[in-house]
Amino acid sequence: MSTKRVLCATTALVLTATAATAQDTTITIATVNNGDMIRMQGYTDQFTEETGIAVEWVTLEENVLRQRVTTDITTNGGQFDIMTIGMYETPIWGANGWLVPLDGLSEEYNVEDILPAMRGGLSHDGTLYAAPFYGESSMVMYRTDLMEEAGLEMPDAPTWEFIREAAAAMTDRDAGINGICLRGKPGWGEGGAFITAMSNSFGARWFDMDWQAQFDTQEWADTLNFFNDMMQESGPDGFETNGFNENLSLFQQGLCGMWIDATVAASFVTNPDDSEVADSVGFALAPDNGLGVRSNWLWAWALAIPAGTQQQDAALQFIEWATSSDYIELVAENEGWANVPPGARTSLYENPNYIEVPFAQMTLDSILSADPNNSTVEESPYVGVQFAAIPEFAGIATEVSQEFSNAYAGQQTIEEALERAQAITNEAMEAAGYQ
Amino acid sequence: MARAVTTQRKAINTAIAWIVGLLIFFPILWTILTSFKTEAEAIANPPVFLFFDWTLENYGVVQERSNYMRFLWNSVFLAGGSTLLGIIIAVPAAWSMAFVPSKRTKDILLWMLSTKMLPAVGVLYPIYLLCIRLGVLDNRFALVVVLMLINLPIIVWMLYTYFKEIPGEILEAARMDGAGLKEELLYVLTPMAVPGIASTILLNFILAWNEAFWTLNLTSVDAAPLTAFIASYSSPEGLFFAKLSAASTMAIAPILILGWFSQKQLVRGLTFGAVK
Repeated sequence: MSTKRVLCATTALVLTATAATAQDTTITIATVNNGDMIRMQGYTDQFTEETGIAVEWVTLEENVLRQRVTTDITTNGGQFDIMTIGMYETPIWGANGWLVPLDGLSEEYNVEDILPAMRGGLSHDGTLYAAPFYGESSMVMYRTDLMEEAGLEMPDAPTWEFIREAAAAMTDRDAGINGICLRGKPGWGEGGAFITAMSNSFGARWFDMDWQAQFDTQEWADTLNFFNDMMQESGPDGFETNGFNENLSLFQQGLCGMWIDATVAASFVTNPDDSEVADSVGFALAPDNGLGVRSNWLWAWALAIPAGTQQQDAALQFIEWATSSDYIELVAENEGWANVPPGARTSLYENPNYIEVPFAQMTLDSILSADPNNSTVEESPYVGVQFAAIPEFAGIATEVSQEFSNAYAGQQTIEEALERAQAITNEAMEAAGYQ
Repeated sequence: MARAVTTQRKAINTAIAWIVGLLIFFPILWTILTSFKTEAEAIANPPVFLFFDWTLENYGVVQERSNYMRFLWNSVFLAGGSTLLGIIIAVPAAWSMAFVPSKRTKDILLWMLSTKMLPAVGVLYPIYLLCIRLGVLDNRFALVVVLMLINLPIIVWMLYTYFKEIPGEILEAARMDGAGLKEELLYVLTPMAVPGIASTILLNFILAWNEAFWTLNLTSVDAAPLTAFIASYSSPEGLFFAKLSAASTMAIAPILILGWFSQKQLVRGLTFGAVK
């Protein structure tokens, strides 16, 4: 009798557990600790209520995340059902068959609404492999009061010469004000990204059509000399170690006249809770040199499904929810239009409520003026604005940017840095079989 | 004969020791102070030391965003489990090396230590693939084994050094009195080496607690310890120093408290046999 009872109870327990497992799908998402991502985590309960799909978040520092998801995806580890990746990884991983093509998105999702530049950067051979959660370009953020004091007026589309002149005029060393703050920190995504985007506007490129490095050209020498001279004249001390966060901190404390960086920073510098200069910030397009290419970059943090996942349908459902127009409206309703994830959807910029946000139009114009398929003055064999979308680029550009930072710090000359960059790049490209 | 130390020299030595101690402690103190600042105050230039508006807001945010207790429990499990397993394996190993050495004992000891020179990333893929095949990715027990293997050379070396200080004649006498291997290890050797074993346990617990390569790479949700908790508060775009400091303070608090209460044993163990 007692054995029977035990058997019945065990069977009931197993059945209940099986039923519960069938109902309770859980997906694991790897992401970075950016404001928009953290905000999304706060709304996850709503997604779970609507779909019954539970979500586990693994939030990691950007470089740790890259290493972690790369290890997992190359070994088919299946630890994550959704990965937060950028424009650099998406086409490479898509080409390798490591990502699930996002061709099963519903009609209501309206994939055509995604900004064409974002769609292009997150696709390989015309197939979308990641949906942009938010997108960004780069632009000039400047202090309107200091610009006025200097007797200058910022054009909507300035040149590098104007920027240099304005930086010198706004610099006040006694008051601790630096005319301009720019990234000089080593790293392909830090100083490397900035100088590459800047070099595009000077007519430089990383590789010619035979994948030969181009650091021995006049265009690269002009780019680096201009950057270094301007920063020595008007930049902060130790700019060679400053990245996004260091410059954000300086700008928010009123210690920078101008800052050229990610458009996403606009919401930080205009937030009166954190910024001492929130009410005196203006925006302009990233500078150019009259060669037809501006110095702004293009980037998106996007959600992709690794090929090794067992929860493909649930993952796709989440991506549709998180990158939809409905999600944008949900955030706007609760936190205001200035806090919605920017730069991903065309309809956002057609929304009269959003266009009133001071930096909205300039962000859109910046994104639209960046073309990852045609980012250099002379023809180049790679896709990407501030990077070349080849697997070897991250390693090479990190080394090259280290050489540049050493030159900014005075440890070597600009010419020596360029010579070393040329040697490093050609050596790596030859070893990788490009040359 | 002990050398006479003048009062003045003593005072100078004490002052130097305090300065060095404070210098070493300063980054931890700064982290703790920053955790009570707002994000704007955390990056203020010039930095504010004590006179700012103290706030617990960062701790509130961290508590709300992360399941701290889950990370803490995983850290305790991984550090405690790997240390315990390591001691169980290392005590007999160190005993045999200290009291019944062979021709190759020194070579084996050096070889064991040389494995610590291998960069961890060099074996990331083999171990990751092994974990996939065995189905133990993001598994606490698997990570206990990995952390134990990483720290085993240090545990064996430390115990070997302590055991070498114990006269072999005492163990011989125990054997003559009829003690078997188990009794010899448990009732004779271990009680005599308690300070050494205690400091080995403490040091390895701290090493396992702070281990950040394998604990980040082999975990995602279930087995993620406090290292993953800290890593989730660093941001490439946006201010995060105050919240990161709060997360760091919460992560190091348990080990700081443990270290504070056990410092006597730790110092005693580390200096065991240093003075003859």
